[in-house]
Amino acid sequence: MKHAEIEPKTVGHSPPRKDGADKVTGRARYLDDLAFPGQLWGRTVRSQVPHGRIRAVEFDPRFDWSGIVRVTAADIPGDNVVHLIEDDQPMLAHDLVRHREEPIALLACADRERLEQALLHVRVAIEPLAAVLDPLLSTHVFKSYRIESGEIGPAFKDPSLRVIEGTYRVGHQEQMYIEPNAICAVPRDDGGVTIYGSMQCPFYIHRGLQRLLKLTDAQIAVIQVVTGGGFGGKEDYPTVLAGHAALLARKAGRPVKMIYKREEDVAATTKRHPAVLRYRSAVKPDGEFVACEIDVVMDGGAYVTLSPVVASRGVLHASGAYRWPNARIDCRVVQTHTPPNGAFRGFGVPQTLFACEAQVEKIAFELGLDPLAVRRKNALVVGDVLPTGQKLTESVSALPVLEAAAARSGYAAKRSAPPGTGRKRRGIGLSLSLHGAGFTGSGEAKLKSRAGLELLPSGVRVLSASTDIGQGTITIFAQLAADELGLPLSAVEVAINDTSRVPDSGPTVASRTAMVVGGTIARAAQAMARVLQGYAAELHGVPASEVECRGGIFARREQALAPFETIARRYLADRGPLLCIEQHEMPPGVQWDDAAYRGSAYPCYAWAATAVTLEVDLDTFEIALLDLVTASEIGKAIHPVLAEGQIEGGTVQALGYALLEEHVWEDGRLLNTRMQNYLIPTALDVPPMATILLENPYSRGPHGAKGLGELPMDGPAPAVAAAVLHAIGKLIPELPISPERVMRALHAT
Amino acid sequence: MRLELTINGAVRALTVEPLARLLDVLREDLVLTGTKEGCGEGECGACAVLIDGQLVNSCLVPACQVAGASVVTVEGLSSLDGTLTPLQRCFVERGGAQCGICTPGMIVAGHCFLESGAEATDAAVREAIAGNLCRCTGYAKIVESIVRVAQEKRG
Repeated sequence: MKHAEIEPKTVGHSPPRKDGADKVTGRARYLDDLAFPGQLWGRTVRSQVPHGRIRAVEFDPRFDWSGIVRVTAADIPGDNVVHLIEDDQPMLAHDLVRHREEPIALLACADRERLEQALLHVRVAIEPLAAVLDPLLSTHVFKSYRIESGEIGPAFKDPSLRVIEGTYRVGHQEQMYIEPNAICAVPRDDGGVTIYGSMQCPFYIHRGLQRLLKLTDAQIAVIQVVTGGGFGGKEDYPTVLAGHAALLARKAGRPVKMIYKREEDVAATTKRHPAVLRYRSAVKPDGEFVACEIDVVMDGGAYVTLSPVVASRGVLHASGAYRWPNARIDCRVVQTHTPPNGAFRGFGVPQTLFACEAQVEKIAFELGLDPLAVRRKNALVVGDVLPTGQKLTESVSALPVLEAAAARSGYAAKRSAPPGTGRKRRGIGLSLSLHGAGFTGSGEAKLKSRAGLELLPSGVRVLSASTDIGQGTITIFAQLAADELGLPLSAVEVAINDTSRVPDSGPTVASRTAMVVGGTIARAAQAMARVLQGYAAELHGVPASEVECRGGIFARREQALAPFETIARRYLADRGPLLCIEQHEMPPGVQWDDAAYRGSAYPCYAWAATAVTLEVDLDTFEIALLDLVTASEIGKAIHPVLAEGQIEGGTVQALGYALLEEHVWEDGRLLNTRMQNYLIPTALDVPPMATILLENPYSRGPHGAKGLGELPMDGPAPAVAAAVLHAIGKLIPELPISPERVMRALHAT
Repeated sequence: MRLELTINGAVRALTVEPLARLLDVLREDLVLTGTKEGCGEGECGACAVLIDGQLVNSCLVPACQVAGASVVTVEGLSSLDGTLTPLQRCFVERGGAQCGICTPGMIVAGHCFLESGAEATDAAVREAIAGNLCRCTGYAKIVESIVRVAQEKRG
């Protein structure tokens, strides 16, 4: 067989996603689609008080409780904690409640109507305590950070510099995955439990249940089923739901399914952290940045959950994609008596980059300069040093993405066109963003994540705990393995994500899956290829260095030796199972000092520029988006269609953040918990989008790939603010930029 | 009550609560789990089906209302032999499905639009799927998939 006839490599092409056919035909089974014999339904009794002391939990004696399983904190055999960073959050409150949705008791019943009736017959008596609801008034600091470089003092006193100040505010944002949180716990004969569910991080649940239920590693299996979106909202919260379902299931001795109703999911589960961000900048009259002083306060909600790492990522991006010779950046994340905030795509960065980019607009506006020119003058290039002391050595594309977005959007012409004098005023705005790929700081070094492959008679199977929650993980993993092994994509399967069968490749978060885990899988595939090449060479009595597999055929130069399957079968019969598992290796020179909070927080960054053209209606204050351009440099697109899909989807979530999505609170209670009153973008809210992918390979990523999942969440909101400023001459420092805020800005003077 | 209706072309008789949601009858009594529930209040469109050719959210329809009607779900729009229809194939090739939970509703809405014979402009397709929320794709590749099928059909 000639090599020319062999199927091309898959990386850089867009083969059909592996789970595509099941999803478009309705065959894909989500948790709610699975039947468990004898299964009960579970529900949660919640505090309803933002802060208080539990005095009594009473089950109405007049109600018929037969067939209803009841669980309180007293039923927990192990540690009553939701295992994550700190041990401050109980799985079920037993003394204090610290937010309105705090779980106190659990009920399960085979009949859903009786279960709803039963919920009405649980009375929780709580003595209310004073609730802190404003983060600026909170004295309970979960975590604080300071980044300092150079000396800011002299710059702010230098009379030749201009000092520009701004305060920016962002609120909660709900992930609003279309499939709510859903878990089923199945009790086992060995006293353990098997969890099936919609999730991002099976091993989080595994560790959480070990502590909660006092079980051994082997007594727990956590299996991810097809998951209907996550966006961070199914990072840590499923540990809570799995804990609850497992407690009920063990007491009932039957499987218990818990699927949140939409209102409960929105009210009780984690959201994007609100923040108040103060920026002070000292700049030269020509727009060159000299010093910045940044102070960020984030609202963590009632418990620590992921707040320290959200705040860390946020603060590490707060000075944006620019050179600041002098910087002092402070951040603190504090407690309020509201449901805990957590992971949402971007993880602290959409907050800080909105403020940073709005501040750049303000600087340009006050100096009378074009904001694109100001960005060009200060954008990071190779050799620049970040405030953490990290020197950027490769794959830096702030300027190329800016130029690509400016050119495609017609920025120069639109910028110089007058905004109009009639009812509708037109504007164009740009933003620039960077997003660190992989876990922050020493995260990856500590995690030592593992992934790999096993040889099958007909091909290989990828083993990892990284979940496909829609972004295409299983397809790109299969591509990476197929190319290294010289196999067609159809010969690579991806193992069901079951903690009892796959290595812990770490959580599916932090734009780490393609770069970190994908890279590890590629290395494991190289290792397996070497073993099989050696074996095939031995069988055929030829030098191993001349043997390789292409298109599923082992060949010596141009001469076919044997199909992959033949070699695989013989190997398995001869030598037994072949398992190649690799551990992630930190790139050399990438080091982070947790104590000093200095070093290389990320091995590399992805870059994006967003240009938005819009029209503001001066009568209704509505904003109509006319077009949107993103230019993203992600190292290498392993699967361009999936990569574009990530960028377009993230961009539209960010447009929701920019224009529509806002939570309304009253005394610690979320008022808009429905899709009817918390609006996310529909197809009609989205303008035509041009999605430009630039490639600037990162030397340590698989085929040069960097993380990209979170990047598109960062740029659109500040680009919208910039375009509104261009259109009406007002910078709106708060999200979402609703008609009400546009009206107030226009009538403020 | 006794309910007789046509599901995906076959006449079926069932005993149901008159006010049971059509969504639950489909998913639980008929085990047609391709139709999904995202909100239970007619906002998300994940439960979209065709009732006598009209696009409807099945979470808002009581079972008694579909007596004698013809209901088509995503299963009814899929080939029995497992091959993909042109619309399904375009969704897979063009990235119209990510997490997939909105996809059955999108396939039903897209099919309904293509059957209408309306010209498949970007704006018309967006209008046709405006009742179906997707949080993953940003809609671009869904719209593109439907437009492409319309172009292929036209030749």
